[in-house]
Amino acid sequence: MKEPVQTESQKTGGMVFYPDDFKLKNSGNEIHIDSNFAAQSFWKEARIRFCRKKSAVFGLVMVILITVFAIFGPGMTSYTYSGQNLLRKNLAPRIPVLEKTGLFDGDETITTTTGSKKINYYKLKKLGNVYYWFGSDTFGRDIWTRTWSGAQVSLIIAVAAALIDMVIGVSYGLISGYFGGKVDSIMQRFLEVANGIPRLVVVTLLLLVLNPGILTIIFALMLTEWIGMSRITRAEMLKLKEQEFVLASRTLGAGSFFIIFREVLPNIIGPVITQVMFSIPTAIFTEAFLSFVGLGIPVPQCSLGSLISEGFNSFTTHPYQIVPPVVVMALLMLSFNLVADGLREALDPKLKEM
Amino acid sequence: MKKYALRRIILSLFTLLVILLVLFILMQLMPGSPFNDEKLNAEQKANLYAKYGLDQPVFVQFIRYVGNMLTGDFGVSYSISKNTPISQLIRTRLPISISIGGMAVVLGTVVGLVLGIIGAIWHDKAADTIATVISVIGVSVPSYVFALALSYYFGFRLRWFPMLFTAKQLFSSSVLPSVSLSMFTMASIARFTRSEMLEVLGSDYMLLAESKGLSGSALIFHHALRNALIPIITVLAPLIVDLMTGSLVVEKIFAIPGIGSLLVTAIQSNDYNVVISLSFIYSAMYIGIMLIVDILYGVIDPRIRLAKGENT
Repeated sequence: MKEPVQTESQKTGGMVFYPDDFKLKNSGNEIHIDSNFAAQSFWKEARIRFCRKKSAVFGLVMVILITVFAIFGPGMTSYTYSGQNLLRKNLAPRIPVLEKTGLFDGDETITTTTGSKKINYYKLKKLGNVYYWFGSDTFGRDIWTRTWSGAQVSLIIAVAAALIDMVIGVSYGLISGYFGGKVDSIMQRFLEVANGIPRLVVVTLLLLVLNPGILTIIFALMLTEWIGMSRITRAEMLKLKEQEFVLASRTLGAGSFFIIFREVLPNIIGPVITQVMFSIPTAIFTEAFLSFVGLGIPVPQCSLGSLISEGFNSFTTHPYQIVPPVVVMALLMLSFNLVADGLREALDPKLKEM
Repeated sequence: MKKYALRRIILSLFTLLVILLVLFILMQLMPGSPFNDEKLNAEQKANLYAKYGLDQPVFVQFIRYVGNMLTGDFGVSYSISKNTPISQLIRTRLPISISIGGMAVVLGTVVGLVLGIIGAIWHDKAADTIATVISVIGVSVPSYVFALALSYYFGFRLRWFPMLFTAKQLFSSSVLPSVSLSMFTMASIARFTRSEMLEVLGSDYMLLAESKGLSGSALIFHHALRNALIPIITVLAPLIVDLMTGSLVVEKIFAIPGIGSLLVTAIQSNDYNVVISLSFIYSAMYIGIMLIVDILYGVIDPRIRLAKGENT
């Protein structure tokens, strides 16, 4: 004998029911699953929205492409980024198959005040089997190798700085927003003062005191870029901390730091990722700017900025030397901005069309 | 409102003081002495230190330092141009930088506004796409890349404008630097104007104005733009600051004798007195601009005025 199912009617002394009394109706393939309006997970929806935006997809493809080249590009030639060969300096770009089409055949047009003429140093110097895909610089170093190892350095700096800024900025903003009151007041005053110091001044002064190098640049970027991130997370925290799920968590006995980092943080991940993507181009730009001014990566290491700075010295006579790093950097910054724009719209469906 | 303005002024002054303290501490930490000349013996060095007040206790030095900085006495340059007062160096260079920066701001703002308005009015049409592409490129490509490209094509190839800055052709030689500096401002303003205008154009009071029979330029300029302009003021301040950073590189490319190129030279020749004075000037300008914009914003937009008044 099975136990009777407890129901309301039983308590009131009505009928007695057994599980066998009930059968699932329409249990077979008759049940209609609404695939058109099925609930999607947040990330799936975000992915769809992101892919719908062509510029964002283009940006993502370019970022991946440049990253792949930055990793494998330097290994694709027999040259090293610092190997000098003064006999082969200032050679124009020459690529094996493409040279037959007339492009990248090592010809270069020298323009001076008296006019212009076409010169092929490969033929003049009898370098029949020598190929510099992007040409060689004033020390005879291969620009292809240097461009991609420079892109590597720039990317490492930018990503590292953006991630460190994220950790600092998110923690600062969340803590300031969650506790509110005096804590918030003090932390915000500190932030206002820190924000009052121009980034240019912080970075230049810091690089004067410390030795130039990758770590110093990352440190300088860390000191200046967290402010924007912390503002965003604080604003989000102020919005979220009054919501029911936070109250529920607190009622269940969760501590402050559990609520901040385990309850609220996952809910603001969208704006945080967007801000990280926006801060990467800023970091690339700042690094390039510092290298251009002469405060960047020490030689023989190179970054996109230092390559542009070197190319600038001879950019009227050998313009091909400055083109690769400039194009790579412009594309990199453009692509990161496009990806960030796409992410902002994909991760925040409420956002109105910008 | 008065309370808010007062609070902002006090905070700005405090920030300036913090910056002075940081600058002063950094000056103490700075490696290398300005008197690196090996010909100097210990006694001569001591004399020089005494002359510049470097032998005093740190606290006294700081008080003196703050007083000097605020009165515009930045001391003398140690190595760039020996014993020249820095205020004199700056006095000839600051107007050049400010005029080129000012041209860039005006140019960027005007073109940016036009692009933004075009984008908003012909929303999702071809004109909008073109304006958006221009502004995305302007935001993404650093100003000195524009500077290089412009100086190569318009300066070197076409010879429309001089490649380098000369005092003789003041206007024509500041065109290229101003244009390359203005790109970022232009692009940011264009994007911001477009989104603000779209929001305003969709608001109820625009619908009312339209249903009352207004149309064309009166509608766009009188009703929409005026309301869209208010938030644009807030982005102008950070943009002007970006201009300062950009000016360093652009001044180097076009060989402009402004304070940006002075800062670069000073950094490279370890003339820390000049570096620190210029850092102070940059900070003071930055803080001043932020302060003016914040207060102006409160004056213009009553909603902000009320909201901030309640909070403080």
